[in-house]
Amino acid sequence: MAWVLYAARARGAGSGEQHVTLADLLAGIVFVVLNAYAVLGGADFGGGVWDLLAFGPRRERQRELIAEAIGPVWEANHVWLILAIVLLFTCFPPAFARLGTLLHIPLSLVLIGIALRGSAFTFWRYGADQEQRQWGMVFAVASLITPFLLGTTAGAIASGALVGGGGATPGDSLTVAGDGFYTIYVAPWLSPFPLSVGLFALIAFAFLAAVYLTLEARERELQEDFRRRALAAGIGLFLAAVVALLLSLDGAPRVRDGLIFAAWALPLHLLTAAAAITALAALWVRRWRAARVAAVTQVSLILWGWALSQYPYILPPDLSIAGAAAPAATLRLALGALALGGAVLLPSLYYLFRVFKGSARTT
Amino acid sequence: MSDLLAARSQMGVSLAFHIVFAVIGIAMPLMMVLAERRWQVTGHAIYLDLAKRWAKGTAILFAVGAVSGTVLSFELGLLWPRFMEFAGPIIGMPFSLEGFAFFTEAIFLGIYLYGWDRISSRAHLWAGVAVALSGTASGVFVVIANAWMNAPAGFELVNGQAVHVDPIAAMANAAAVSQTLHMTLAAYAATGFAVAGIHAFLLLKDPANAFHRRALEIALMVGAPAAVLQPISGDISARHIAAHQPVKLAAAEALFRTQASAPLTLGGWPDVAARETRFGVEVPYALSLLAFHDPHAVVKGLDLVPESDWPNVPAVHLSFQVMVAVGSYLALLALWTVWLAWRRADLAHNRWLLRAIALATPMGFIAVEAGWMVTELGRQPWVIYGVLKTRDAVTPMPGLVVAFVTFTLLYCFLGVIVVWLLYRHIIRSPAVPEWRGFYMPPGRGERGAGSST
Repeated sequence: MAWVLYAARARGAGSGEQHVTLADLLAGIVFVVLNAYAVLGGADFGGGVWDLLAFGPRRERQRELIAEAIGPVWEANHVWLILAIVLLFTCFPPAFARLGTLLHIPLSLVLIGIALRGSAFTFWRYGADQEQRQWGMVFAVASLITPFLLGTTAGAIASGALVGGGGATPGDSLTVAGDGFYTIYVAPWLSPFPLSVGLFALIAFAFLAAVYLTLEARERELQEDFRRRALAAGIGLFLAAVVALLLSLDGAPRVRDGLIFAAWALPLHLLTAAAAITALAALWVRRWRAARVAAVTQVSLILWGWALSQYPYILPPDLSIAGAAAPAATLRLALGALALGGAVLLPSLYYLFRVFKGSARTT
Repeated sequence: MSDLLAARSQMGVSLAFHIVFAVIGIAMPLMMVLAERRWQVTGHAIYLDLAKRWAKGTAILFAVGAVSGTVLSFELGLLWPRFMEFAGPIIGMPFSLEGFAFFTEAIFLGIYLYGWDRISSRAHLWAGVAVALSGTASGVFVVIANAWMNAPAGFELVNGQAVHVDPIAAMANAAAVSQTLHMTLAAYAATGFAVAGIHAFLLLKDPANAFHRRALEIALMVGAPAAVLQPISGDISARHIAAHQPVKLAAAEALFRTQASAPLTLGGWPDVAARETRFGVEVPYALSLLAFHDPHAVVKGLDLVPESDWPNVPAVHLSFQVMVAVGSYLALLALWTVWLAWRRADLAHNRWLLRAIALATPMGFIAVEAGWMVTELGRQPWVIYGVLKTRDAVTPMPGLVVAFVTFTLLYCFLGVIVVWLLYRHIIRSPAVPEWRGFYMPPGRGERGAGSST
């Protein structure tokens, strides 16, 4: 990660700052947490998509497999989002305040989606037979809408449309000019580029889920079902990426400049392309483990491409990481808390995944 | 409805909803672990059934608590961006620690729920212990953050800006100990008596049912000690707010005038316009005695600050009276239970005790909600006491009533479903004929005996 930050810093070397700051490091960690949410929690969303799209003779078995795969890790995968949020408001409070204000509508909708999805999943697991299908439907539909809107908010951030007058002064940073309601609270996210990112996120999560499920499946036919789905989603992901990139030409100038013209753009694209091709090729030859590694790498690289393209801004065009950072005392302690929390969390997570996702799995 | 009122209402509804699940998430895992341990020791399947039912209940309630908690963490920014911009760097620390504690709880709950056949029984029990401990820790961290809003510390205010931020000093604020103690005990008392109450009610209908008897015992084991200790913790809290948040105490006690040898007003309705409390019963010296342990101490009244800085006095006074009354009922009931248990009386055949416990089912939660209203409404008009007013913290986004109505409907919908699911899966008597006999057959003595499920 440090390497990535240095690479980004090299790009902005003209700005006069020479080394990675504590704030940069914490912004990087927040992004690592978001990355974990995308590849773990995101795949749970993707599972919901495949539940909705389940068809064919093995429809019910597909759904059971999805529920089994998600069950034990479900709650843990979703705490990554809470962790990202609390780190964001601890370390970069003006960014959190601005996001909450300007993206109030899509984030509220995301919350409704998360609430319905999370509870529907549990009700579905514990409900009686006759109502299970209805909960499955709520779960699946919420799985479609929530990641789409999450992606849309990410697109709105990347597009640089979230302008609220910078600065960390309480009360001042949020005064919005006398524009209309639509211009301030709706237009930043209800635009072609953010929506294309929403679609991209949805397909990316579905792709991850299908790849993971080829590994989870114990039966040959089920593996083949999800292999076909993963291949289709992988191609869909490529198309969605092209659409988002084309829309960025007009809709997200920073992303465009970063992803197309920056010095690190070419190697990053080559790496991402290599991961994407590896994932599809591994699926083709039924090397499930290799496909999983490659798919996670691919999605992570795309996320880091976004992060790098808008560095050093946390909310382009005007709120930089340094400008939004909390006082140094807070940042240092946050880093300490992360070390302490990580010391408890990482072994526990390892144990969780070893028990439920390990290779020694019987049954 | 103004945007400020809509935002306050949405936050209020979200917290009132979440606090129920948070409280259960703290205490329910302890009961589940106790039942599992009893199963391991006695080898009787009735305890395994209990542990599994309570684990299922924990799973359902945890899921709803997790999503409503996620909603809250976002709502801080969606509704109160200016509060978070100011408070984030100072008080983000306990929220971050809470994030980790909650994460640990989620991980080990997953292991506990799905790991019955995958890990050793010893590891399984310890996973349950980890759930119980991290659940309590996450509650403590969140309450520390709330305590800071009542007793802000760890920064200096220069021209409206926080400087010299010290997050450790903010966590060690003056209200932290009294509030976390009071809330944690409340969680055990409320959950313990709610579960005990349900099973007491079912025992009254079906007196020979061994399942409900065992459930009652474990629930009382968790609820009764906490309810006995709670008045002591309440005294610590009262003395803290007397010294540090005098306006809150004055509103809670409906004391309009600063006075020495202040009386305690029981009941009554504060008439704010007339500056007096009507229809209350006054106990001389009692308020000075309770607040400062000195019958002649001076207790500050609402006249300390201008009326524009008063909270809603009738609401705070009423909530406080409800909390104290209900808490006292639970404490006396707990003492009675402990006394009977001490004398080795047969709790499950004492019908008056069962009736009293059944009546207590909702009481702990009523006290939790009322106490939370005291601390939150009693702090108004401040969101950070003496530092930032609630009206200055609200988002500039208009039309908040739409969000308020939407989220209220969502919570009503979820609430109805949770109650129904709990009834179907946790509370209904198990259909095992042998367990209907009052005297439980001896376990086969070996670990895991009777684990047919």
